[in-house]
Parts: sequence; C-alpha cells; structure tokens
Amino acid sequence: MSAHHVTITVNGEPMEREIESRLLLVHFLREELGLTGTHIGCDTTSCGACTVLLNGKPAKSCTVLAVAADGAEVTTVEGLANGELHPIQQAFMECHGLQCGFCTPGMMLTSKALIEENPDPTEAEVRWGISGNLCRCTGYVNIVEAVRQAAAAIRSEAGEEADHA
Amino acid sequence: MMRFRVAQPPALVDLRRVPGLSGLREENGHLWVGAMTRQAEIEKSGLTRRRYPLLSDAARVIADPVVRNLATVGGNVAHADPGNDLPAVMLAYGATMCAVGYPDRPAPSLSGEGSRSLPLAPEKREIEADDFFTGPFETALGEGEILTGIRIPSPSAGSGGAYAKLERKVGDYAVAAVAIQLRFHGGVIADAGVALTNVGLTAIRAEAAEGALNGSDGGDEALDRAAAAAAAAAEPMADARGSEAYKRAVVRTLTFRAASKAIARARGEAA
Ligand SMILES: Cc1cc2nc3c(=O)[nH]c(=O)nc-3n(C[C@H](O)[C@H](O)[C@H](O)COP(=O)(O)OP(=O)(O)OC[C@H]3O[C@@H](n4cnc5c(N)ncnc54)[C@H](O)[C@@H]3O)c2cc1C
Repeated sequence: MSAHHVTITVNGEPMEREIESRLLLVHFLREELGLTGTHIGCDTTSCGACTVLLNGKPAKSCTVLAVAADGAEVTTVEGLANGELHPIQQAFMECHGLQCGFCTPGMMLTSKALIEENPDPTEAEVRWGISGNLCRCTGYVNIVEAVRQAAAAIRSEAGEEADHA
Repeated sequence: MMRFRVAQPPALVDLRRVPGLSGLREENGHLWVGAMTRQAEIEKSGLTRRRYPLLSDAARVIADPVVRNLATVGGNVAHADPGNDLPAVMLAYGATMCAVGYPDRPAPSLSGEGSRSLPLAPEKREIEADDFFTGPFETALGEGEILTGIRIPSPSAGSGGAYAKLERKVGDYAVAAVAIQLRFHGGVIADAGVALTNVGLTAIRAEAAEGALNGSDGGDEALDRAAAAAAAAAEPMADARGSEAYKRAVVRTLTFRAASKAIARARGEAA
C-alpha cells in the first residue's frame, strides 16, 4: 500500500500527514482526526450525510480520496461554531430543523455554501440547493425554514457590519 | 464503480494536476469544454445558458447539486453509462471528442515497464460523438488514452436546443431523456440532432426523428411524427424505472416537449 505526503487545512488548521492512497476523506476526518461530526450514511454519494466543504464547495466526502484533498481547505461541522453557534446552527436549533440529527452536519454545510452564493434564497431555491442531502425524519419543512432564517440572520449581520464600517 | 467494487483498478491517475484540461471557452466556431470541467461550472455558466441551452439544461438535471461540484464532463462521457446524460447531448450537438495518448497500446503498467517502450510523442485524436460510444461503459478511447476535451459546434443564428428528462427523484438516472438541437433555415428546420438517454445500451441517435423535423415548419404535426419516430428508435429494457412500453411512451412525450422548447428558443420566444 503506497503512502502519500499530504498537506490539508481542516477547519482553518493546516496539517501534514502520511496517508494511504486508498484512504477516503471521510475516514481521514473521522478516524485520523477524530472529527466524527461528519457522518457516513449511504457510502455511495447519494445521501449527503458526509458532506463537507472542499475549498468552500459542498462535496460528499465518502467518495473523495483523502489524497485528492491535498492542498485543499476542508470545513467540517466542527468548524462552523466560532465561540458561539454559527447562525446556521442557531437557526436549525430554533426552527427545529432536525429530528435524529444524522443528516444535519451535511445539511448545514450545504446550506452555508448555498447562502454564500445566494444570500436570500426562495423556498424553491433552498429545496433545490439541498436536494443532494437526504433527511429521512422531518419532511424538510423545518429544514427549509431554518435555512431561510439563517440566511436572514447572516444578511442582517452583514448589514450591521456595513453600518459600523 | 470502485465504491461498489465493480472496478478494482490497480492504480489511479489524478488528472487534476494535468494543466489545460479544465475550462469552458468559445473559440473558432465552437465551444471547448475541458474534460476536467466540473458539471456545476457548466450549470452556472451564463455562456452555456445563453448559447448552449441544451448543455445547460442537461447539466442542471445530472445527479444532484453536491455531486455536480465534483463530477466532471469528461468523466461523464468517458464512463459511458447508458444512464449518463451527457452522451446524448454530445450526439445531438454532433460534438467532437478530443483525445491524447497511445490509442493502440495498453495502459503503462505500474512498474513503469510499459512506459519504456512508449513512443516519444503521444498521439492526438479526434473522434466524432457518433463513433465514440461503442457500448455500455465502453468508448472508442484506447486504454493508453485520455479525453482532453470536447468541441461543440457553436450554434448559428436561429438555433435552439433543449434537454427533457424524466427522473423518479433528484439524483436518479433518467427513466428516459431526450436531447434536441436544431436550427431554422429559410423558415424550416435544418440539421436537427435528436438523441436519447437510458433507453438502450448506449445513448441512441434517433435519425428518423431528425428526418421528421428537418424540412418541416416545426408545427405540431411534425413534432408528433418526430416523437413517434424517437419512441420507435428507443430500445428500452424493463426495470425498476418502468416497462418497455412505458419508457417508449416517455420518450415520445419528452421528444415532443424538448422539440417544442428547442423551437421556442430558436425563435427567441423562450429562454
Ligand atoms: C449519486 C449519483 C448520481 C448520479 N446521477 C447521474 C445522473 O443522473 N446523470 C448522469 O449523467 N450522471 C450521474 N452521475 C454520474 C456523475 O455525473 C459522474 O459522471 C460520475 O460520478 C463520474 O464522476 P467523475 O467525473 O469524477 O469521473 P471519474 O469517477 O473520475 O471517472 C469515471 C470513469 O471515466 C474515466 N475518465 C474520467 N475522466 C477521463 C478522461 N479525461 N479521459 C479518459 N477517461 C476518463 C475514469 O477512468 C473512469 O473509468 C451520478 C453520480 C452519483 C454519485
């Protein structure tokens, strides 16, 4: 089994590691780094539970080889909170955008990228944006509400910062 | 494929580090789509939406938005799953596949043995889409070759295209899908390209449907004939997505819809 030397930045922290060529990114995160917030669901790129941000874009880490993240920035759910909950986490909590919570990390990371691209998404746009992330509990109504509330919170935060500037 | 242990390659080559394989640009009468261009890039490109709506339509219904962030155009056509959406798009456009490598040699072995006997300069080849898809999961590419990109002819004035797909849910392969590209010349349709997804062992070019559109005014009667011809050209197999008869009926309906949309776009009546 050949090994590769990789440099990966995870949640803002650069690191160098020797890893096996066949190691998947999701296993690297969970087993090498202990970041178990990234879940493994279907294992075949369908359900989106393992979604992380790879250079800012949502990617399903169960079919990304860890070596393919060499040089990349990876954000997992553990990287969302910064002392206090991220507005997306806050909104998922307030709107009850989860039941069992298994899909939640992936849902939140996909939503983060969606809101960055489209700060005021309509309900249809949210449903389209999260269509690669499956939730088997809630029926999506509260999740969609949470994403829209988070978008509003992020917009008003940005607005306040602009006012202070 | 590897996830399901269907393919167990002894080695993988990461093409991301090969320069020049990614990107989207219009030049010399065609759109160049690099093999490593991500499907999300196609979907979000204003250029494809304005000028290549058939490609843009298809990119929006492949897999799901997260998968499209990583999935490439080249991987989609080189993989040649009959369920992949881009092969039919390339057939309808009459696209040209550009390859580089050693078409007649096996892939160099891991030990480097093969590489010593390789000729110095790799060969460049251009393969018409019509000759590219040779079977399920099979293309005209040799083992020692890679796809570098695809050339799609730029549409002339009065052109339009559309992709119509029926899927059971987001992220599923098509029950059936239809790709159509056409143009109006002197008030009648010319150079229609019609191709079908997931109703045969490869994407299928429906020449009889093209014949029904060509020379017509694009009225409902011609569209009905084209739709019937496309349904007859389909070679579907019954599976969890439906019976053979159902899939033919879907092809018929989708051909009518894709043609209507392509015509509306050609006339500037639809975006
Ligand atoms: C959940 C899910 C749903 C999907 N749904 C759809 C769908 O509805 N419609 C659809 O069309 N597709 C669908 N896909 C397939 C997807 O669009 C990609 O085409 C596929 O995952 C291949 O990904 P890739 O581009 O990373 O190629 P890879 O996995 O890297 O490669 C695929 C194959 O092509 C070969 N290859 C790749 N690039 C080249 C090249 N430049 N030259 C020569 N050979 C090359 C590889 O060797 C390999 O054999 C789906 C995929 C998933 C995971």
